[in-house]
Amino acid sequence: MKYLCILLGFIISVSAHSQGKLTGNIESTFQYLNEDTLIGANQPAQKGLINSYMNVFYTQGKFKAGMRVESYLPRIQGYPNRFDGTGLGMRYVGYSDEFVDVTLGSFYEQFGTGLSFRAYEDRALGYDNLMDGARLIVRPKKGIVLKGVYGYQRLSFQQGKIIHGDGIVRGVDGEVNLNETFSKLENFPLSTVIGVSFVSKYQADNDADLILPENVGAYGGRIKLGYKNFNFDAEYIQKEQDPSNDNGKIYNFGHAAIFNLGYNQKGLGVLLSGKSVDNMSFRSDRTKDLQDVFINYLPALNKTHTYNLVATLYPYATQPLGEVAYQAEVLYTLKKGTFLGGKYGTSLNANFSTTYRPKQFLDNINLLDSSRVVYESRPFVMSDSLYWRDINVNLTKKINKKLSLIFSYFNININNDVAKISNDASGIIRAHIGVIEGSYKINKKHAIRTELQGLIVEPKNGQPNDKGDWATILVEYTVSPHWSFGFMDQYNYGNPKEELRVHYPIVTFGYVKDATRFMIYYGRQRAGLFCVGGVCRFVPASNGLTLSFTQSF
Amino acid sequence: MKIIYFVSLFFLLTSYSKAQKVAAVKLKDLKGKTYNTAELGFEGPVVISFWATWCSPCKKELNTIHELYEDWQAETGVKLVAVSIDDEKTKSQVPTYVNGKAWDYLVLLDPNGDFKRAMGVNNVPHTFLLDKDGNIVYTHNNYAPGDEEKLYQEIKKLSGK
Repeated sequence: MKYLCILLGFIISVSAHSQGKLTGNIESTFQYLNEDTLIGANQPAQKGLINSYMNVFYTQGKFKAGMRVESYLPRIQGYPNRFDGTGLGMRYVGYSDEFVDVTLGSFYEQFGTGLSFRAYEDRALGYDNLMDGARLIVRPKKGIVLKGVYGYQRLSFQQGKIIHGDGIVRGVDGEVNLNETFSKLENFPLSTVIGVSFVSKYQADNDADLILPENVGAYGGRIKLGYKNFNFDAEYIQKEQDPSNDNGKIYNFGHAAIFNLGYNQKGLGVLLSGKSVDNMSFRSDRTKDLQDVFINYLPALNKTHTYNLVATLYPYATQPLGEVAYQAEVLYTLKKGTFLGGKYGTSLNANFSTTYRPKQFLDNINLLDSSRVVYESRPFVMSDSLYWRDINVNLTKKINKKLSLIFSYFNININNDVAKISNDASGIIRAHIGVIEGSYKINKKHAIRTELQGLIVEPKNGQPNDKGDWATILVEYTVSPHWSFGFMDQYNYGNPKEELRVHYPIVTFGYVKDATRFMIYYGRQRAGLFCVGGVCRFVPASNGLTLSFTQSF
Repeated sequence: MKIIYFVSLFFLLTSYSKAQKVAAVKLKDLKGKTYNTAELGFEGPVVISFWATWCSPCKKELNTIHELYEDWQAETGVKLVAVSIDDEKTKSQVPTYVNGKAWDYLVLLDPNGDFKRAMGVNNVPHTFLLDKDGNIVYTHNNYAPGDEEKLYQEIKKLSGK
């Protein structure tokens, strides 16, 4: 608290005599939860739960300072269990001009696509691996950016204080945009950006049996090219020997590679992506697991779906120990006034993504030697073991000025033995999902939107698999610009256990004025991405009342 | 100590009544060209709209404005900057979506949320209207059909029409 007051006091004394700029936001979520053993929702001993945050950012000329006060009294459901108390969860001071940008304290940063380094916050998920230390960004010439970072990562927040990870993280990154840097290339048809990065962590060796590398580096390069309607970008990162709890203390090197090839013209977008990951869990504490103190970020190569059943029942996350993945996406808008395009144009979208286990080569491996190198891997060489496949199509059609419709179909295959999402299934879960969404604009301010969703899980050996079939209905009524009312019911009508064929009804109410928003939810909720009245966020399983308030300033 | 805390809160709340300027953050467009968000170089009013490929209401808002954009520009000279907060998982789908929908907006990428944080955005969609000097004159969280009319009224007020 003392720290907080001093910082606040400092900010005030500066802002009181100046034309400085203050921005920020407030978010508060309160829950009153009931016991609902049928759906696995518990009533906490306190009954009421509340998370609150306030960000305050101050800039005046070249000076900047900021902080976030957070409060968990106690934390809402689904949050990491080590969050408690009230205090400063983030704070920094800094200086920035066109040439340098210095930050001392907490900061977020990303090198390239994040395969080597990414410090970020996702509050809905309770994820925050910010760096606490120092960062320097230098822009010596137009188009050139050099970055250096040094610090400890945020692991958790206890009794109102940041708890750091055990290991220190440091890194440098350089990027050149050739067309901006060299004036001769300014109008050159080929645009080129290249970058390199090096990240290293130090953690003392406290292992009784093995000699662990205390300093572990990860390094690599990236390129981004653009030529006429084509664009291409790729990054490759190699990681040194990093025995950890994740990989069973093996001494293999790791790698991560990603590429995207796109073709775009007005009305048509095409994308082909590939990714190869092996032994790439990179944390500042080798003993941690789950989402703790990741230094890097390994994006899953698939579409983030928004319809309730698709988004929340069978989502897929990257397997940091290894995977090879591909994705293809096409979006095409039929022109207005053509036969198929109709009066308002029609959009067609198709997306395919698939992920396999990488192939491990054992030819040159002697498992009896003391190297603890247990296999060899080659980028993009995959086995026939499927982790994930998603084929989805959707058609968006505006019928007239008032009515528009979206038809979607999703076919999802997920390997529940590897990417565990359910305790009620084994092997590959195969699901088919169909959605019809309709929006009708009643008049200038009133509109109604409905979603009908059905999910069918293919039986396995003649038996229903996982939780069986589902249906969802959603109705949402909005009055611009302030009000929204919604009702949603998810019904697990095909659950193999008859007593679990339950409804998950929820009613919502929202009020928005400019940058202030109040939301009230009441009902049963499964964990997942939940969208009502125009906003999406992740919400954990519960039965009860949720009030949320957000304000930006 | 508590007094300091409350006094500071008071200052925070009062300071927000004066005109805010847009935050200065360096973002890249789809080709990798860098823009300073405080110096976009547009002459008329500017709408900054935070969105993501996984946010249906955001896409609905921007697709609705897309239909009206030509008229809006002709009448008021407004420019729309669509700031995508997609991270690396879905960032590669941004150009596919933007071109597939034939948007004419300036699209900037904010994959690690730097600009989103600096602008105090809690969730998307979130829309800001700036005057020609970069002062924030109107802001709206959320999207419901019809919200674009209110936004356009504010734009017209700004351009004196």
